[in-house]
Amino acid sequence: MSQALDLARQTLLDAPGLSESSLSQVMDKLLSRQVDAADVYFQYSRLESWVLDDGIIKEGNHSIEQGAGLRAISGEKTGFAYTDTLLLPQLLHAADAARAIAHAGQSGRQAIARRDDLPQLYAPINPLESLSEDDKLALMRKLDAVARAADPRVQQVTVSLVAAHDTVLVINDSGELAGDVRPLVRMNVSVIVEQNGRREQGSSGGGARRALDFFLEEERAIGYAQEAVRQALVNLEAIDAPAGMLPVVLGPGWPGVLLHEAVGHGLEGDFNRKGTSAYSGRIGEQVASKLCTVVDDGTLPERRGSLSVDDEGTRTQHTVLIENGILKGFMQDKMNARLMGMPETGNGRRESYAHLPMPRMTNTYMLPGDSDPAEIIASVDKGIYAVNFGGGQVDITSGKFVFSANEAYLIENGKIGAPVKGATLIGNGPEAMNKISMVGNDLQLDSGVGTCGKEGQSVPVGVGQPTLKIDEMTIGGTAA
Amino acid sequence: MSNQEMGHLQQVVADLLDEAKKQGASSAEAGVHAQQGLDVNVRLGEIETIEHTNDHGLGVTVYFGQRKGSANTTDLSPEAIRETVAAACRIARYTSEDPAAGLAEAGLMASDIPDLDLNHPWQIDAQGAAEIALECESAARDFDARINNSEGAGVHTQNSLFVYGNTHGFVGGYPTTRHSMSCAVLAGEGEQMQRDFWYTTSRVPEKLQAAAEVGREAARRTVARLGSRKIKTTECPVIFRADIAPSLLRSLFGALRGASLYRKASFMLDQLGESIFPDWVIIDEDPHLPQGLSSAPFDNEGVATQHRKIVDTGVLQSYVLDSYSARKLGMQTTGNAGGLRNTRIDSTGESFEELLQRMGTGLLVTELMGQGSNPVTGDYSRGAAGFWVENGEIAYPVEEITVAGNLRQMYQDLLAVGADNDIPGSVDTGSWLIRKMTVAGN
Repeated sequence: MSQALDLARQTLLDAPGLSESSLSQVMDKLLSRQVDAADVYFQYSRLESWVLDDGIIKEGNHSIEQGAGLRAISGEKTGFAYTDTLLLPQLLHAADAARAIAHAGQSGRQAIARRDDLPQLYAPINPLESLSEDDKLALMRKLDAVARAADPRVQQVTVSLVAAHDTVLVINDSGELAGDVRPLVRMNVSVIVEQNGRREQGSSGGGARRALDFFLEEERAIGYAQEAVRQALVNLEAIDAPAGMLPVVLGPGWPGVLLHEAVGHGLEGDFNRKGTSAYSGRIGEQVASKLCTVVDDGTLPERRGSLSVDDEGTRTQHTVLIENGILKGFMQDKMNARLMGMPETGNGRRESYAHLPMPRMTNTYMLPGDSDPAEIIASVDKGIYAVNFGGGQVDITSGKFVFSANEAYLIENGKIGAPVKGATLIGNGPEAMNKISMVGNDLQLDSGVGTCGKEGQSVPVGVGQPTLKIDEMTIGGTAA
Repeated sequence: MSNQEMGHLQQVVADLLDEAKKQGASSAEAGVHAQQGLDVNVRLGEIETIEHTNDHGLGVTVYFGQRKGSANTTDLSPEAIRETVAAACRIARYTSEDPAAGLAEAGLMASDIPDLDLNHPWQIDAQGAAEIALECESAARDFDARINNSEGAGVHTQNSLFVYGNTHGFVGGYPTTRHSMSCAVLAGEGEQMQRDFWYTTSRVPEKLQAAAEVGREAARRTVARLGSRKIKTTECPVIFRADIAPSLLRSLFGALRGASLYRKASFMLDQLGESIFPDWVIIDEDPHLPQGLSSAPFDNEGVATQHRKIVDTGVLQSYVLDSYSARKLGMQTTGNAGGLRNTRIDSTGESFEELLQRMGTGLLVTELMGQGSNPVTGDYSRGAAGFWVENGEIAYPVEEITVAGNLRQMYQDLLAVGADNDIPGSVDTGSWLIRKMTVAGN
């Protein structure tokens, strides 16, 4: 049984009046040329967002997006068209445009078959309705009050709350029909503090594939407000960061953005099929220190980066990317797996029906090691301890990657010292991974805040890692 | 896009505003757009993807006195119009009374809407686009024997139509086109593999750079990176090449936005009337540039856009405001709802070679990586790649380094802006020579 599939059928087929036979008609049209693969992706998304700023509920927005993307693949060629009208004539018209990529031919008809074997990693609920409007806004006001009460130096507080309800249905060329209902909630608190004319900011948040009560459990959201203020106050005391090569200790959790940039993107199947990644053709080689085992796991229940089924109807999985430093595998969508003769890994993802799927990460993290985090810091004479990061970026071809610390400290004689201003760290993926000399026993996943961009498409992802030490990386500070 | 479609979008806006009034809103504004396009990508001499794009969207903001709500959807049906307005009205029941909320003042609405020559559809089909992309990629691959792989070349064309209206009675809309071509290739030498790209964008298909030239430039840039190495950590003068220099102006514009200022989240707070650059610097905004990539006769609130100076003789003349942030700051909107339009900084006249000569020994930055610029403090630290310059000559390519400083100091330390910009973009600038920055490497 699949409750999510039934809900997806109701929303995306029954509501606009599409029957199973109209679905077959569309697939027949898509497949009436010599195509190797084809699919149709139906989507209906509702999103609600609220912003508290300046002490008042300033903005609210409600958004509905719907449509269907139709794709036909012939060899390495892909034809794609979409429509935001879920009616048979528009779908047939889009099918006609998408299939033009392939030569004329005729393939067999497919019966529609339900995929009922998929796990449900999150409840198929509508999080927009999981809390009353009054309760949503009361929570936001409470975070504003908590942040302002935390310290008199707090000047500005902005609280945002977003709830998304995404319903998708995928039918592929074998006639398999898979559906998913994907809740996603996110809150964020950012503050500006001021002391003697110096202003700094701090920001914290979290999210999950859950109802909004996620934020009420264990006073989770209140923790965001306290954490944002703490970070901003730390930055008020920050001195110039050093410039040059130093040992770096990364804290657990969100600093795992290191793995996302230094390893993750370079192991996506499309870049490796095309031979454009610094990791291309290196399966079986040592690409990281022996202490490193890195996985991508789309099956973690209720995590922001998880999916019960990917956007091509493939079940997500736990994929070992690097095991004890040896490169084991890539993240694949259907097309790249087929062209490379490798297994599908359930990493075919897309921003929406209006975008083509490609191999993307889900939750990417490093498994814990043996070291006590305190021992790792004590092992550094002079270096940097970085615990919070903004975004990062990678050039997958040269392997160069950056990530920007926004909370970091000097380490002097094995002890955490003064906080330093935000600085960009730069390195080469395989080189930096080989310089990991200690891995902590304190694996943490991030709080559910990650968004990854690739070729203009954004998708929610997760990262995680234990505390770890990189023997040297270039720190982009200003202090010589 | 046809007149008929324009008429349809105008009707949708009128229906949205009528519906908003019917549902009790005291005022409202609405925008509707439709977009159609074609993206064709080729790789290694074969077509890789053909994508037909086709989007619609409408958005409405309603005001009940000083409370506001908004909603949007991809569905333009009459039923969706009613539901979207109802969703916005429901939101407005919960938002707070905000004295600064509301439409821009009626007297500021654009009254005559100049034709800025932004609509030049490209009569091209997938096959035609593929032929151009193939020519572009093959020029890149034939440029140098060290070009050994490709991410491909793409041709993109898009026709858009957009209508905005509000309950002051303002309604305006116009069609625009945008076309582009891009190419990215790889080069290898020894163990090293490098990638770079080049692109061209225009409102007018005939004004795109020639396909072969785009390909050759992508290849030229890629090959030039081979042999890149790290350098020692140092302080030195830095040139930001013309194609990446716009990011330094965009950081300034972000800090001048009203929303950053009233939240005190800006490193340009209280700088109006102050010298933020050397006295030769002039930066202006020209929203009416014919065929301009960011040209617009009115802003996202219907306010007439105007040519004006943002910085004159190095002194900050104007913030970047919409009506909301203007009211928060006790000022008047600058017609920048939706952001700045075409901007430019005057050059000091040097050619690129003259800039290198003037720098003598230092770093030429041609690529920036990561975010690394703090909008509140102006602290700046970004990943970089480029070339080491000795005695005014390019010595060798460099990578895996950072450049760091503080934007306020970097603006004061601007020594020259080259006359070397040949890329018409929405931020028009030559290369920047900055007196001194910290470069971190080995």
